[in-house]
Amino acid sequence: MIRLEQLCKTYHLGGESVHALDHMDLAIAAGDYLSVMGPSGSGKSTLLNMLGLLDTPDSGEYWLEEQQVSLLNEEQRAALRNQRIGFVFQAYHLIDRLNARENIELPLVLNGTPPKRRRPLIDELLQRLGLEKHALHLPHQLSGGQRQRVAIARAVIRKPALLLADEPTGNLDSHSSNEVIELLEELNGEGITLLVVTHDPKIGERAHRRLWMQDGRLTGENLDAKSREGRTGRKARKGSDDAQR
Amino acid sequence: MRSADLLSFNLRLLTRQWFRTLMILLATAVGVAAVLLLTGLGEGARRFVLEEFSLLGQDTLIMLPGRKETTGGLPPLTGEGSRDITLADVAALERLSSISLVAPLIAGNAQVVYAGRNREVMTLGTSARFFEIRKLTLKQGRSLPLIPLERAEAVCLIGPKAKTDLFGSAQALGQWLRIGERRFRVIGIIEDRGQSLGMDVSDQLIIPVASAQQIFNVQGMFRVFLKVRPGSSMQQARSEILDLMQKRHGGERDVTLITQDALLGAFDDILKLLTLSVGAIAAISLVVAGILIMNITLISVSQRTAEIGLLKALGASRGDIRLLFLSEAMLLALLGALIGIGSGYALLWLGHSLWPQFPVSVPLWALLGALSIALGVAALFAWLPASRAARLPPVEALHGEIGHA
Ligand SMILES: Nc1ncnc2c1ncn2[C@@H]1O[C@H](COP(=O)(O)OP(=O)(O)OP(=O)(O)O)[C@@H](O)[C@H]1O
Ligand SMILES: [Mg+2]
Repeated sequence: MIRLEQLCKTYHLGGESVHALDHMDLAIAAGDYLSVMGPSGSGKSTLLNMLGLLDTPDSGEYWLEEQQVSLLNEEQRAALRNQRIGFVFQAYHLIDRLNARENIELPLVLNGTPPKRRRPLIDELLQRLGLEKHALHLPHQLSGGQRQRVAIARAVIRKPALLLADEPTGNLDSHSSNEVIELLEELNGEGITLLVVTHDPKIGERAHRRLWMQDGRLTGENLDAKSREGRTGRKARKGSDDAQR
Repeated sequence: MRSADLLSFNLRLLTRQWFRTLMILLATAVGVAAVLLLTGLGEGARRFVLEEFSLLGQDTLIMLPGRKETTGGLPPLTGEGSRDITLADVAALERLSSISLVAPLIAGNAQVVYAGRNREVMTLGTSARFFEIRKLTLKQGRSLPLIPLERAEAVCLIGPKAKTDLFGSAQALGQWLRIGERRFRVIGIIEDRGQSLGMDVSDQLIIPVASAQQIFNVQGMFRVFLKVRPGSSMQQARSEILDLMQKRHGGERDVTLITQDALLGAFDDILKLLTLSVGAIAAISLVVAGILIMNITLISVSQRTAEIGLLKALGASRGDIRLLFLSEAMLLALLGALIGIGSGYALLWLGHSLWPQFPVSVPLWALLGALSIALGVAALFAWLPASRAARLPPVEALHGEIGHA
């Protein structure tokens, strides 16, 4: 579903250049569940933004569902983000003047879905995430866990193929963290490809594929036995045990 | 994005930042209302003048003694030393085939006395035809008798204001009063019609033209009103009159003929220009409102950087983002303009009810102009900040406010 080849992104900071992504190769199969871990500044967020079409690489190629993304213009990329990709951020990024329902509705509003067709979709999702009671609450009236669930609802309302979560539990206590992760895993169970960037090893370990990054490179990968079969064309580096700790 | 969604999204923003919204609405409304008020008053003044002059009627010519080129500009108001227009001239004009009515006019201030009360009153010497041409009606009594022009009958008609001045509430009809050295019997009271041609008929006396010649000791007419016979062309009447006068005045063309068109045209041009310029001055205040809108939009863009990043992540295109900010500004301008239109008309209506004679009316061009300038200025000034928002790279925008976590 996703293929990165020799993807590079370099930032220049006052004469010094930082390789946020350094000749990155990666392939992700549809329906997979990945976690990305690594020290701060290792390029995890940059990778995620790249996959989510929020950022453009300096060089290298990115295929998303058999489309070469670098050939698309900004409008096409925006449409692709709307249809195929959902984002979950550490800071939730809910619009504070809109209530939960309206926040969830945003992707549908942006693509011009008529209100009549929006309503049942949101009702269903609210019920599923146990947020019916909070539909009319503003973000500041919700707990962190509830906010993140609203953000997840917003990310999946268009039934995307790819769900990208950048430290989704970073601001949550362990109980809420669990809820949120379970929700994400449930969605993955329904077929969404899930990629979670995290600093929390307990959460990272739950993924089927665990990637390790350092200095813009993949330094290691662990695979669960159950998802090991049927994946080819991946270039995981060996000798990653030292990088794990 | 659907326009209904765009509208509710923007309304949410505007009501949330109500103070900011109020300030812009106020600025725009004041600008629009100023345009409407000033052009409304200017147009009112124009109509007022036009209505006054058009009482004369399209088919009336005014002849003055003396010759002036009447190619544009205001016609001469005083005839200069040339041959008088005599009563015989007037009688001859009456016989022209293209002319249906002729009324001579001599005017002057005369000392009028009744029962010890002494007033200076504008006195017009003319004939019964004058009433038809000027469309004067009587409240009481009868009009001037249809007598030969040179008969100085001792009768007069009096305007209502002059009547009150001289007679108070006493009966005036049938009374004798003194004008200059002569005594006149009041045979009629003129209906009040307000101002006309800058002269207040209600404050005047009307006597036979020959009587006026004696009182003021003049021979020549001050004016001659000529009404063109229906079916005859203005052009034809003009040349017949001028030819006749030339023949009668020994080959000399020493009269001037003016038409209402020439008179009105000159006034109309000046007053239209006046209205346009006050409207334009008022429109400048709309540009000030536009600059305010630009500042506010710039602030809005920088405050909502993270939101812009989020909307982009959710699939908003550059066009969507630009539309979002532009439409916010346009909505403000539209609401402000509507408030301005409402209050502008309310003020004009108030003015009209306080001073009913004055016809206030906003010309359509001013209404549409104010509206489109308000919207145009908002679009123009919001374009820059909106485009800036549209160009923000999504990643940086997302972390613009929250900071990198
Ligand atoms: N906009 C930017 N301008 C300059 N340098 C940047 C920018 N964004 C990221 N970087 C640099 O690129 C490198 C990778 O950043 P990235 O955000 O991907 O790290 P990360 O792995 O997500 O870190 P963390 O765990 O702290 O979130 C860092 O060294 C960072 O300083
Ligand atoms: Mg990060």
